[in-house]
Amino acid sequence: MTAAARAGLILAFPALSVIALFFFVPVIIALALSLTDFDIYALADIHNLRFTGLRNYVELLKTPLFWSALGNTLYFTSVGVPLSIGASLGTALLLHSRLARFRGFFRTALFAPVVTTLVAVAVIWRYLLHTRYGLINYGLAHLGIAPIDWLGNPHFAMPSIIMFTVWKNFGYNMVIFLAALQSIPEELYEASGLDGAGWWLQFRHITLPMLGPTLLLVSILTIAGFFQLFAEPYVMTQGGPAQSTVSVLYFMYEQGFKWWNLGTASAVAFVLFLMMFTVTALQMGVARRLAIP
Amino acid sequence: MIGRRCGAWLAGAIALLPGCTAGDSRIALHFWAMGREAEVVLELIPEFERLHPGIRVEVEQLPWSAAHEKLLTAVAGDSTPDLCQLGNSWIAELLALKALVPLDAHLARSAISREDYFQGAWDGNVLGGSVYGIPWYVDTRLLFYRTDLLAAAGFTAPPKDWAEWLRMLDALIQNSHGERYGVLLPLNEYDSLIALALQQREPLLRDNGAHGNFANGEFERTFEFYVDMFRKHYAPPVSNSQIANVWTEFARGYFSFYITGPWNIGEFKRRLPAAVQGKWMTAPLPGLNGPGASTAGGASLAVFRGAQHAEAAWQLIEYLSQPAVQQRFHALTGNLPPRRSSWQGALESDPYAAAFRDQLERVKPVPKVAEWERIATEMRLVAERVVRGDLSVHAGALELDARSDRILAKRRELLAAGTIL
Repeated sequence: MTAAARAGLILAFPALSVIALFFFVPVIIALALSLTDFDIYALADIHNLRFTGLRNYVELLKTPLFWSALGNTLYFTSVGVPLSIGASLGTALLLHSRLARFRGFFRTALFAPVVTTLVAVAVIWRYLLHTRYGLINYGLAHLGIAPIDWLGNPHFAMPSIIMFTVWKNFGYNMVIFLAALQSIPEELYEASGLDGAGWWLQFRHITLPMLGPTLLLVSILTIAGFFQLFAEPYVMTQGGPAQSTVSVLYFMYEQGFKWWNLGTASAVAFVLFLMMFTVTALQMGVARRLAIP
Repeated sequence: MIGRRCGAWLAGAIALLPGCTAGDSRIALHFWAMGREAEVVLELIPEFERLHPGIRVEVEQLPWSAAHEKLLTAVAGDSTPDLCQLGNSWIAELLALKALVPLDAHLARSAISREDYFQGAWDGNVLGGSVYGIPWYVDTRLLFYRTDLLAAAGFTAPPKDWAEWLRMLDALIQNSHGERYGVLLPLNEYDSLIALALQQREPLLRDNGAHGNFANGEFERTFEFYVDMFRKHYAPPVSNSQIANVWTEFARGYFSFYITGPWNIGEFKRRLPAAVQGKWMTAPLPGLNGPGASTAGGASLAVFRGAQHAEAAWQLIEYLSQPAVQQRFHALTGNLPPRRSSWQGALESDPYAAAFRDQLERVKPVPKVAEWERIATEMRLVAERVVRGDLSVHAGALELDARSDRILAKRRELLAAGTIL
């Protein structure tokens, strides 16, 4: 080992040891826990703890609520992520447009939901979505649409949560897109304009390819974030109605901190981790295939 | 004492702990209480400290929403207080954790007489023949109803049994066009269903809490009655969060009956508009044949195994159990006292409390197993599916048995091994 490498290791050691202590050790303990039936009885007397091998995982795969939680999470992610990225990109393009007026104001206004407290805005959204007194149903009534029980009907609860989450989060990605749009050289548009390219062709062949790396980053972050759906249903619906808004993380929270089944909860955490790892790896693979750096 | 308990705290919070000075030779009794009770009990403590000059009580306030997690974490971390206010349904869970001590020896030489307590409230604290908690206040669920709407529908007295109740509900929703309902049974609460199910003779769990006991004639009849309330549109299929404000809706006549607890006497007096005051009353919960049972809720005082001052803790329990102190506690909180002798005086003349006094003679504790809260949650979830028509009543009962048996699997193993009672 060269002196430089040794010095590097010594300098990195404090940071690495903190990561090891507060990340890897808990992860290994959680993995070990997921192979036991740690519950309230084991908490009382450690002799009641049994090593159960993969039973937690097998049981988990046989639990209907886990599958419906997984279904709910996939539904939320597959609808929510495109909507969220679409909204972010759309508003970023509008704000970037040369025709835009009061740019600073709109940028702030659209970003505001990101920095407001989730619980506070969730309370306001519960009023907006109220079946009998809500503004949304009031508006729909003018269009002749019968009132919708947004948070009380199992079919509408998840769309309501998606609507709320997209509204709450799109501003963050919008700012990232805006920065990326501003870094695209103006000459590309001028040159293509001279060649007769219209708005759509410019968007398709200049804007999108130039945004490639940003899109990849944004989609990875958004998917990882959306997979961890928890606070929105926790505040707005407590997983209801008829458990239609129970997400994987919400399921894990109830198992772990409400029922104290830490064995099962750890198993859920690892399944979720594997899923997110796989999805992210797939995204990276697709990106490499498309030759996005 | 000061060394161990306060030493660690001193580092960060000297200013917050005025009692932790070296000059104070009294022992510090750590008492955890929740929510409003924790605030109010502070007014009762000075008198106790005057009577017991050697004891200083330190009340720690826990919010109800975090109390359960905090208690379990305290047990796991071996940092429990001397005594604690416990929701009645948590006793079995804390016993499974071996966190509480039996109080029989203290009781044997105490002025607290168990005959004076409402039996259902007392029974909730008895496990395997030992007493683990002394009821502090009781809470049960019964009917709050609109006397004027009931009179308009042609009834002058509240229902005594289920059949009469159904007739009233039917009359109440005539010509309502789905704008009004008879009763509010929130789908995200299990209390009403459990109160009705406790009326039956069959216990909800069988074989010492080893198996669910739902697929039988008695529970299915109760379940049918409950689900019928929704099928016949007597009750709106909504959860509590969809009713923006229960008091406003009650005042508007959106529903005429509401099954709830004693805290709502004060809330109804405070929050209902003047136009509706004098037009509501409380009534015992109707049963299949005449007045029925209801839940024995509320909170008890229990001493932890790790208590450093168990004797002083018991003295505080005895003090808080005195009828005069319980009456003051009632005046401060509206909580109902668990001893019959504490009901003499102001409570006797309160017309809204009379139904509670009557109901308390017919309260029953929920099954005393650590897993009860989970099973109760499954009851709510399955009931919601039956109400929405996904399952029949019988299929729902079978599903409840299956789910309870799965939850109770480890309990069965430990029962068979003789590790738990």
